Amino acid sequence: MDEIMSKNNSEYLIERNDNVYEVVIGLEVHAQVTSNSKLFSSSSTKFGAEPNTQVSLVDAAFPGMLPVINEFCVKQAIKTGIGLKAKINNKSVFDRKNYFYADLPQGYQISQYKYPIVGEGNVILDMPEGQKQVGIERLHLEQDAGKSIHDIDPSNTLVDLNRSGVALMEIVSKPDLRSPDEVNAYIKKLRSIMRYLGTCDGNMQEGSLRADVNVSVRIKGATDLGTRCEIKNVNSIKFMQMAIIYEANRQVDLIEEGQEIDQETRLFDTKKNETRSMRSKEDAHDYRYFPDPDLLPLEVTDEFIDKLKSEIPELPDDKKKRFIDEFKVSPYDATILVSDIDTAKYFEEVVAKMGKNRDMKLAVNWITGELFAVLNKKNIEIAQSPISAKNLAKLINLIKNGTISGKIAKTIFELMLDGDIDPQIIVEEKGLKQESDPKALEALIDKIINDNREKAIEYKQGKEKLFGFFVGQAMKASGGKANPQLINEILKKKL
Amino acid sequence: MSEITSLTLYELIKNIKEKKISSNEAAKSFVDRAEKSKKINVYVTENFENCLKLSKEFDDKPNFDLKLPGIPIAVKDLFCTNEVRTTAGSNILNNFVPTYESTVTQNIWNEGGILLGKLNCDEFAMGSSNETSFFGNVQNPIAEDLVPGGSSGGSSAALAANLTPVTIGTDTGGSIRQPASFTGTVGLKPTYGSCSRYGIVAFASSLDQAGPMSKDVKDSSILLEVISSFDKKDSTSIDFKRNNYSSELTRNIKGLKIGIPKEYRVDEMPDEIEKLWKKGIEYAKDCGAEIIDISLPHTSYALPTYYIVAPAEASSNLARYDGIKYGLRSSGKNLIDMYEKTRSEGFGEEVKRRVMIGTYVLSSGYYDAYYLKAQKVRQLIKQDFDQAYNKVDAILTPSTPSSAFKIGEKSNDPVSMYLNDIFTVPVNLAGLPGISIPAGVDKNNYPLGLQIIGKPFDEQTVLNIAYSMEEKINYKNNITDWWMK
Repeated sequence: MDEIMSKNNSEYLIERNDNVYEVVIGLEVHAQVTSNSKLFSSSSTKFGAEPNTQVSLVDAAFPGMLPVINEFCVKQAIKTGIGLKAKINNKSVFDRKNYFYADLPQGYQISQYKYPIVGEGNVILDMPEGQKQVGIERLHLEQDAGKSIHDIDPSNTLVDLNRSGVALMEIVSKPDLRSPDEVNAYIKKLRSIMRYLGTCDGNMQEGSLRADVNVSVRIKGATDLGTRCEIKNVNSIKFMQMAIIYEANRQVDLIEEGQEIDQETRLFDTKKNETRSMRSKEDAHDYRYFPDPDLLPLEVTDEFIDKLKSEIPELPDDKKKRFIDEFKVSPYDATILVSDIDTAKYFEEVVAKMGKNRDMKLAVNWITGELFAVLNKKNIEIAQSPISAKNLAKLINLIKNGTISGKIAKTIFELMLDGDIDPQIIVEEKGLKQESDPKALEALIDKIINDNREKAIEYKQGKEKLFGFFVGQAMKASGGKANPQLINEILKKKL
Repeated sequence: MSEITSLTLYELIKNIKEKKISSNEAAKSFVDRAEKSKKINVYVTENFENCLKLSKEFDDKPNFDLKLPGIPIAVKDLFCTNEVRTTAGSNILNNFVPTYESTVTQNIWNEGGILLGKLNCDEFAMGSSNETSFFGNVQNPIAEDLVPGGSSGGSSAALAANLTPVTIGTDTGGSIRQPASFTGTVGLKPTYGSCSRYGIVAFASSLDQAGPMSKDVKDSSILLEVISSFDKKDSTSIDFKRNNYSSELTRNIKGLKIGIPKEYRVDEMPDEIEKLWKKGIEYAKDCGAEIIDISLPHTSYALPTYYIVAPAEASSNLARYDGIKYGLRSSGKNLIDMYEKTRSEGFGEEVKRRVMIGTYVLSSGYYDAYYLKAQKVRQLIKQDFDQAYNKVDAILTPSTPSSAFKIGEKSNDPVSMYLNDIFTVPVNLAGLPGISIPAGVDKNNYPLGLQIIGKPFDEQTVLNIAYSMEEKINYKNNITDWWMK
């Protein structure tokens, strides 16, 4: 593939026969609303229950059953809208999207078409070369469908309606994304905002976050949009990126061959890593949208919205700014720390527990270094961290006040993993307290210089590299417990 | 025993409270009469045994504080009834037994009513003659081979034939008032939002409304008091202060202003309807009402508007009958084939026609010209009434443009059938309360009705005017029990 990745991650360019193409991407993200019950019924939304055990008469569309809006889901959508700095519409309308499918019991999906609950907003992406703003077109509420299961019974399709009627937010971006990296950053940022708000858990494995990806290409610098294809229902960031790369190159190939691009809906085959036509524009469903006569227009007052605004927690962008201003954390570190609400919470707890004499640099390094490595290795989230923020703060303070060296700290950290043990106790039990008594260290260093007279002379003659050798010998002799700063000072004096 | 079945609801309640008649005696009377009345085909599903059992239980432990103490009542088969088959007059729900109860019927059972059985109706309430029912025609007790009206034809016929003391119907475009008019009985369509739609098989959600059908106006007021309630399970249910309709019922309507809309004087309206209307105006004056000429300028657009809005909603409401979850399932080669066979076999011609019309008017490219336009016209029709109600308290019109017709007479001419709803449809489009009361007969001695339309939530005035006029009109049905002979 003769694509060229520009140094800039915000751009994904494809070069063919002296033409340079850019890719234009818009996403329709379907985010499952965090809520105990469904959008229009009181059934549970818990993931992973036995098939058809979380289905009410409304969800299964029995005759005479009527939808009743779940106010909590409305609040969640509005909160999300506030998080996206979007306009909240005082009046929105639920429409019926009509189509037949086995896992769509009503024969229509209740969605919002002309009048969504949330209008235009934006999201800021932190790209390596700087910030980028991505426009949000709208956010609307809709019902999820059930699930058709084709692989259990050889001759029948089975239907599980547990998911039927679960509330989704469809978040539609403007065609502002230009590369797979930006898509990655955008999805992560959306996920981060919604997790801060508690409006969507963002769990892609469980299908809480999926996206339809709209892709078109155009000669770089052109202003008109190319014909787009919509890749339906992609459920991981990696697959979104793969699908975009495949699809963009497919479109460029077509253009270069002088062919037209058909506006169509495509599927991404994750096994073959290719997109395939699902239906053309001509075959597109006529959904016959019309306002659902079972539901009145949804009206929310400014007071209702203001009340929700007052409940909005500090969001990633603000938190990042505060970490930089208040904690003097570097922008790079701040971005990492705020990206996930649980990481931010952990960090803030560590900061709080460190007390007055806190060392931010140490805290950041230990969290993003040692702790992240352990979490990665164990494949767990920071919320399940085997070491509590309180004990990590203690460990950092032990380093800071010179009780232990950084090296010993790593040993202690390993020991702490086994049941979140208080590092102070480990230090005492294992006798790992740093040796900071100058007299004891002087005696120890005298002995080392004595034992290595020749090297000491070489050092004095200018072979400065040997200084490290003496430090190493001193540390070794002390069993790693010697205070490295003191060792340095004494060695300099004595040599 | 035969007198029991001819009693009004009010009289029956009085007799039961005074222990002159037991609930079980009443139930037996209605069941016995029903056994001899199979020919008129009012029942789709009988609940006789259970009714007799429950009436006995009521007698063993009577509660005379209830509004319908031990009263046996048959209901339209559009109301879902727990553990009693509910078909909506359709083959597609031929085997459907709900595990839940509609709010309206639950309200009736809560006040001591006992289910006699489920009454025939047009399929999914789509029809004006009960001829679209999968379970066959219903005979009008007035005369053989006469339609009882529709869609609540089983209800009106059961009432006129003294097979139930009162009943409930649903009215989307006239389905309570037109059959009441055809059978010499009283039918009230309340304000949209007065009676919960929860558990009623939906036809056109923005128009459907349940209401009482009875032998006289007082009975309708008693039943309305029971069935009208605010219900959180129906988002379109309205939380307004409901009157004690029966105790507040009065014949003092002196000084009330009643409007006569000139646009209801339609072309080709038979003389006898015109005469009936004039007679009605005189009766209203006799009662002390002031008659005022009014205009409802968009009346002529009501019928086309209705036949866009109602089928549109129906086409979507009926999508759930797909053979997957309940009801009829025909076998097919694949999903689409199964859908096609199930719905082809499950739905009758009129339902298919309306699903097709509804699908068409909602289609991309036609939506604006039909559905959206119809919604705008609907607003204009509503405004017509709003403006009229600045001048008058209620409106008096004929209920139907003709008396009952013969079975088969219009079944091949849908447009002529639809024209039957011309006076009732505007009321549904505007969401207003309307009642039909018997007011006279045509040349064949078939009953004719007058309609009184009220302001939103003002059922009390509608009932009071009807109650007053009813006394002056003094109409009595002449039922010969021809079907028993």
